[in-house]
Amino acid sequence: MATIEARGLRKTFGTTVALDGINLHVEEGRILGIIGPNGAGKTTALNAVLGLTSYEGELKVLGRDPWTNRDELMRDVSFIADVAVLPRWIRVSQLLDYVAGVHPRFDRAKAESFLARTTIKRTSKVRELSKGMVAQLHLAIVMAIDARLLVLDEPTLGLDILYRKQFYDSLLNDYFDRSRTIIVTTHQVEEVQDVLTDLMFIDRGRIVLECSMEEFDSRYLEVMVNPEHLAAARALNPLHERAVFGRNVLLFDGVGHDQLERLGEVRRPSIADLFVAVMSPHSQNVSVSASRQRGEPAGQADQVGAAK
Amino acid sequence: MNSSETMSESAGVSDPGYRSATPQPFYWSVRRELWENRSIYVAPIIVAIVVLFGFLVSTIGLPERRRAILLGDPAKARAAIEAPYDMAAIMLILTAFIVGVFYCLDALYGERRDRSILFWKSLPVSDRTTLLSKATIPLVILPLVIFSIVVATQLVMMLWTSLLLISHGMSPASTWEYVPLFRNSFILLYGLVAIALWHAPIYGWALLISGWARRATFLWAVVPFLAIGFFEKITFGTSHFASMMKDRLMGFAPKAFSFEMHSVASPKLTPGAYLSSPGLWLGLVVAVVFVAVAIRLRRYRGPL
Repeated sequence: MATIEARGLRKTFGTTVALDGINLHVEEGRILGIIGPNGAGKTTALNAVLGLTSYEGELKVLGRDPWTNRDELMRDVSFIADVAVLPRWIRVSQLLDYVAGVHPRFDRAKAESFLARTTIKRTSKVRELSKGMVAQLHLAIVMAIDARLLVLDEPTLGLDILYRKQFYDSLLNDYFDRSRTIIVTTHQVEEVQDVLTDLMFIDRGRIVLECSMEEFDSRYLEVMVNPEHLAAARALNPLHERAVFGRNVLLFDGVGHDQLERLGEVRRPSIADLFVAVMSPHSQNVSVSASRQRGEPAGQADQVGAAK
Repeated sequence: MNSSETMSESAGVSDPGYRSATPQPFYWSVRRELWENRSIYVAPIIVAIVVLFGFLVSTIGLPERRRAILLGDPAKARAAIEAPYDMAAIMLILTAFIVGVFYCLDALYGERRDRSILFWKSLPVSDRTTLLSKATIPLVILPLVIFSIVVATQLVMMLWTSLLLISHGMSPASTWEYVPLFRNSFILLYGLVAIALWHAPIYGWALLISGWARRATFLWAVVPFLAIGFFEKITFGTSHFASMMKDRLMGFAPKAFSFEMHSVASPKLTPGAYLSSPGLWLGLVVAVVFVAVAIRLRRYRGPL
């Protein structure tokens, strides 16, 4: 059974289409990053998965309908919706008492041991903690819950770089194993690049790109083209072209490493580079034609075109 | 479910190593409400302290007055001695009502305003459990809190009076005879239950508005009723609606008690009349509907 199975998931707010019939299939043991511009529908998609919003279409999370079975589903699903959702009036000790009292899969000792590594005092109220400490506290609670799916919506927004690094390190070292699934949305894509197993770009309620990180690494290459090879490089249908220090950097989809090496310095693009390439308006035709040329499934190419 | 604690380190889905006491979402949700809303007991305690302070001041010269009172009509003596005790109880019951209404108006609004609803909804606690735990506060917890505070306040008042009288070489018996603490406590408990059930639709309405309004919950809760009342008065010159509202606020008294005219004796309890009054049951049905709508609303509501 897939962790998440969605078919034609659609959500509108008045005349605004937040989710335009997306299909989603997330297997157990994956760490999926959903990347998209503000207002792309990321949070709406996650809210549907978490039973926080109604939707049209078919959606099963761990075999359950999230909208009608939220409380049952939450035994197996954890989420951090935002850095600042812990109630500000509550004491750390009360928070632990409460979660231990209502959650059948919460291991209090585990949460305490995570907290012992921080400077958070049990007697403090959440409002007395710094933003970074609140995030640590929330993460300590979530990691002590033996959930099968963890959803993180901008979990590190507004945190400094140390806390952000620590956040993902703890998640990978102390929490993630192959039996869990994690979905994360973030704007800080560099930080999750080495964390993810799967990548999804979403824009205006549609999935624009979907690939595993292995696929990402084998498909996309970036070349800092030597000026004399520029024309030859452009003839290979780059996804995107940008100028760095007066040199042209071209991003290719599915062009061989050996072939590109002759044109200039080849490197692995970052998710951010690919994101810019896929999302920039002028790259759309290139992108579609590139996919077509390589005989990509038409569906994906259409999605790229249609989303623009 | 109860696997050994040593396994908890390697917890995974296939090997549930958590220790699982049976979750008690309702119990912990009620406790949560008490953590968050300390006004539930702090406000009555403050009122009790003010009442006690006022009583303390009023007992200056009490022994002389007590002597004079006891020489007169016993009925009047009883009324005079009992009055401050009734006053204390009434003040505290009124406090409970105000605290209860404001608690309910904030119960579902506050969690949306501070976005903590996203945290509460991330836990396996249903909207129904949440709403029922919130409704428990004005219907069960507040009456119990008020009961204990009233009894404690009255006890302090009686002990203080007794000490004062004894120190002036008088017997405190008049106080203990005219203020039957045990019987009064029973009447108080009965009264508190009768009031809470009678007011249930008011609390239900406040919960509903609290889950629905995006701002100004108090105005949304009150203004429609004022508007309907004024509309009726201006258009038809009648005030049926206003008297309906008044009955909802105060109507428990004539149903649950029978006050003998010109008598200062404790009121008679009339549970039969109370339980058979359609107003009670109609109110309870309306309260259940309001709470059911509020449960439904919470499902659709996110942070403001």
